[in-house]
Amino acid sequence: MKNSINRRDFLRLAGLGGVVFASSLSGCASMGAYKEKSEETNDFYFVQLSDTHWGFEGPPNPDAKGTLIKAVSAVNSLQQPPDFIMFTGDLTHTTDNPNERRKRLGEFKAIVSELKVKNVRFMPGEHDASLDHGEAYKEFFGETHYTFDHKGIHFIVLDNVSDPAAALGDQQLAWLADDLSKLTKDANVVVFTHRPLFDLYPQWDWATRDGSKAIEILMAHSNVTVFYGHIHQENHFMTGHIAHHSAKSLMFPLPPPGSQPKRMPVPWDMSQPYRGLGFREVDAGSKNYAFDIKEYPVIKS
Amino acid sequence: MDMKIDRRKFLIGSSILGIGAICSFAFSEPEENVIFVIAKKFEFSPNEIHLKMGVPAILEFTSLDTLMGFNLPDFKVRTDIVPGMKSRLSFTPDKAGTFTFYCDIFCGSGHEDMNGLLIVS
Repeated sequence: MKNSINRRDFLRLAGLGGVVFASSLSGCASMGAYKEKSEETNDFYFVQLSDTHWGFEGPPNPDAKGTLIKAVSAVNSLQQPPDFIMFTGDLTHTTDNPNERRKRLGEFKAIVSELKVKNVRFMPGEHDASLDHGEAYKEFFGETHYTFDHKGIHFIVLDNVSDPAAALGDQQLAWLADDLSKLTKDANVVVFTHRPLFDLYPQWDWATRDGSKAIEILMAHSNVTVFYGHIHQENHFMTGHIAHHSAKSLMFPLPPPGSQPKRMPVPWDMSQPYRGLGFREVDAGSKNYAFDIKEYPVIKS
Repeated sequence: MDMKIDRRKFLIGSSILGIGAICSFAFSEPEENVIFVIAKKFEFSPNEIHLKMGVPAILEFTSLDTLMGFNLPDFKVRTDIVPGMKSRLSFTPDKAGTFTFYCDIFCGSGHEDMNGLLIVS
């Protein structure tokens, strides 16, 4: 606990690079509730990596085989280790060949096994799971939706990719409602998902077909934050009191939603290699019950 | 007598021809504004559809290989496209412009490029 407090103070005093985004978890709970919850929760941080697309090859990333390895090295060199690391899907780039899919999943797993922090959690993206309903993914990483608790926060991993129609499905929605029913209304909940749960830009397939049903279920709880991937860039959006934060990719960035006619990767810039790629740390348990989000590049500039 | 028979035959024949013409009109009149769209990995054909604002249209889809989806978010219409079956969408464009449609069922390695444009004038 002492280390965590020192670490946050260190970050603020040092003013390390990257954008810090404060994500309120407070909703409309009373100040009394904040204080009570702050006392319940330990200070910690986790790292989110997303859309590594292992197996991709093409001009958008001339270092396609090296970027993930560099990211692993960057996470390993963080001054203090995170409590856990979360990969929010598209671990591999899609392939129509089931054997090649397994080869890529295996190679990805071997590379990230070099992470010093061993509490590493995964979830699939549509590139990993949509062509076989998550069959190959499960062979390597287990269930595609699950929950876990860590230092006063309830984490829920939702799968909106194993169904090729980009839906959670009634069964998973019922499972979500049942899980939340066991919590108090002001419990601290973090949701990890691959696709956005809201209609960010459906024209580019940046949506979940029945995501609004999940949001409706989550709305009954006052302290919910969603972290997701899929769109290969930062985006911060509120649906009512629920904050949604998307992460950068570790293969190629995509343009802002609707900013151009087609969803095409942002071209590699030789003068600024790895621009737009990176990972983030999410600092939990600050005094006002907000998450501090800090973005890191793949390599230090 | 011969003339009476001829007249009767003529009337019967005329009636049959008349009914046939009506049936022909009723069953084979081409539907107006039906656009036929073929989906296959990983493209729609045509991938540019032109419609007129305020004019009802029917889009009829077939898939040549696997399960696809057609989604036109700006008009909130979509349909599955199942191989071996015809799917239809009926709607009336109520706004002009250029709108993106895309396959919303992940269908393979080229899925993300499977899209097209609806142009409403």
